[in-house]
Amino acid sequence: MKFGKLLLSIIRKIKLAVIDLLPIIIVIAFFQAFVLKQPLPDIADVIFGSIFVILGLMLFVEGLEMGLFPIGEAMADALARKGSVFWLFVFSFALGFSTTIAEPALIAIADKAAQIAAQENLIDSSPLTMRNYALGLRISVAVSVGIAVVIGVLRILKGWPVYYLIIGGYVLVMIMTVFSPAPIIGLAYDSGGVTTSTITVPLITALGVGLATIIKGRNPLLDGFGLIAFASLLPMIFVMIYGLFWF
Amino acid sequence: MIDGFLHFGKILLGTMVDVLPIIALILFFQWIVLKQPIPHLRKVIFGGIYVILGLSLFLLGLEKALFPIGEIMAQQLTDPAFIGLSTSTSVDWRLYYWVYIFAALIGFSTTIAEPSLIAVAIKANEVSHGTISTWGLRITVALGVALSLAVGTFRIVTGTSLVYYIVAGYIVVLIQTIFAPKQIIALAYDSGGVTTSTVTVPIVTALGLGLSASVPGRNPALDGFGLIAFASVFPIISVLAYAQFNHWKLNNRKSKL
Repeated sequence: MKFGKLLLSIIRKIKLAVIDLLPIIIVIAFFQAFVLKQPLPDIADVIFGSIFVILGLMLFVEGLEMGLFPIGEAMADALARKGSVFWLFVFSFALGFSTTIAEPALIAIADKAAQIAAQENLIDSSPLTMRNYALGLRISVAVSVGIAVVIGVLRILKGWPVYYLIIGGYVLVMIMTVFSPAPIIGLAYDSGGVTTSTITVPLITALGVGLATIIKGRNPLLDGFGLIAFASLLPMIFVMIYGLFWF
Repeated sequence: MIDGFLHFGKILLGTMVDVLPIIALILFFQWIVLKQPIPHLRKVIFGGIYVILGLSLFLLGLEKALFPIGEIMAQQLTDPAFIGLSTSTSVDWRLYYWVYIFAALIGFSTTIAEPSLIAVAIKANEVSHGTISTWGLRITVALGVALSLAVGTFRIVTGTSLVYYIVAGYIVVLIQTIFAPKQIIALAYDSGGVTTSTVTVPIVTALGLGLSASVPGRNPALDGFGLIAFASVFPIISVLAYAQFNHWKLNNRKSKL
């Protein structure tokens, strides 16, 4: 009886994951069949790959509600109750920095940026220079995400409206854009988007919402969100400053 | 088969290395700073294992299925022979219509499958007591990404400066912020950042770099990047617009009563 129930809930969850993936399958099938008119290479790989993606998504969402959200909220709760702003900020910075420095998407984009910059003779094409350039890029992004989470938490504590800070940030981005060397601008804008990874987002969201729930006078919807927005904005500014040093 | 397992092991290890700093951080704070046991420890551990296992499977599947297809399709669609470009003609942006359509559709569909967005949508639904539906938010954000990639690929083909578009996008966001219902603003800003992670970034980067390499007169260093930036601004606009629309609808209903 219990087993049947379990099976039923698993089937339901698989169905949800399939629905999430369906649009991609339709788009690819449509383009292959009607526009490009070419058969897919390695159809077996594609089918197995899709099954993995579905199972993976299902497990991820399950684990999210079981583990990541509760631990994020528990940490926010405990830190707020401890009443030490210092430790809250240390935690916020460390959360932003440590999850970004190892982010695979960022590593990939930093390496690619170094390659392209070397190809265009913007930097020396020796491996050492390229490695330093990519590493420096990653460190500037990680530091900026750490600072962004700290600013976001400070905002929740103080109850500042999110748009003042974001608009101020936009203005800064625009000013920096005027002074930055052209090759860094596209990269800088992109680095804002890639910083917030799949494991960071649920944790940071849980932290923000958890804090806004506990602190009196804050509304979880109004004040709890917004941390990710800062984490996407500040790296742009930092990467442009980084570009000023190199070019 | 053994190769497959080895490869999965490698991805699993990679995911664990990613998660390690987070685990270390949480343990350090629980034991040294807060000096408290973790509540519901068993559930949290199992949840954590699910997340790591799920993400690894997801990445393995993406690598096997989605990324190769995405790259091949980006190549085929931007191939001068497919576009019907002869070397003598100057670039006409209209020839690239399939690229725009593909960019929009792949942007929409990958955003729907984006795990970070699912996480934020679940939280938003919970916090708003159901007023913000998970699917409503996900579809709105996905529409924003679809539009952004269509415009972004158009920009690469025409070679106009990224800065104009981004500044224009920011100005639209500013104006919308003034009028939008206050509760939605923080969430809207956040949805710009979450759209582009695991699934979308690799495909979009391949599309952008492939396109800028194949369109005559474009330079991957200057034109290839920037698509992700588009995909981070447009969802803010679409979520704010959606909230504004709902707000008006609600007001209309109220005034009729």
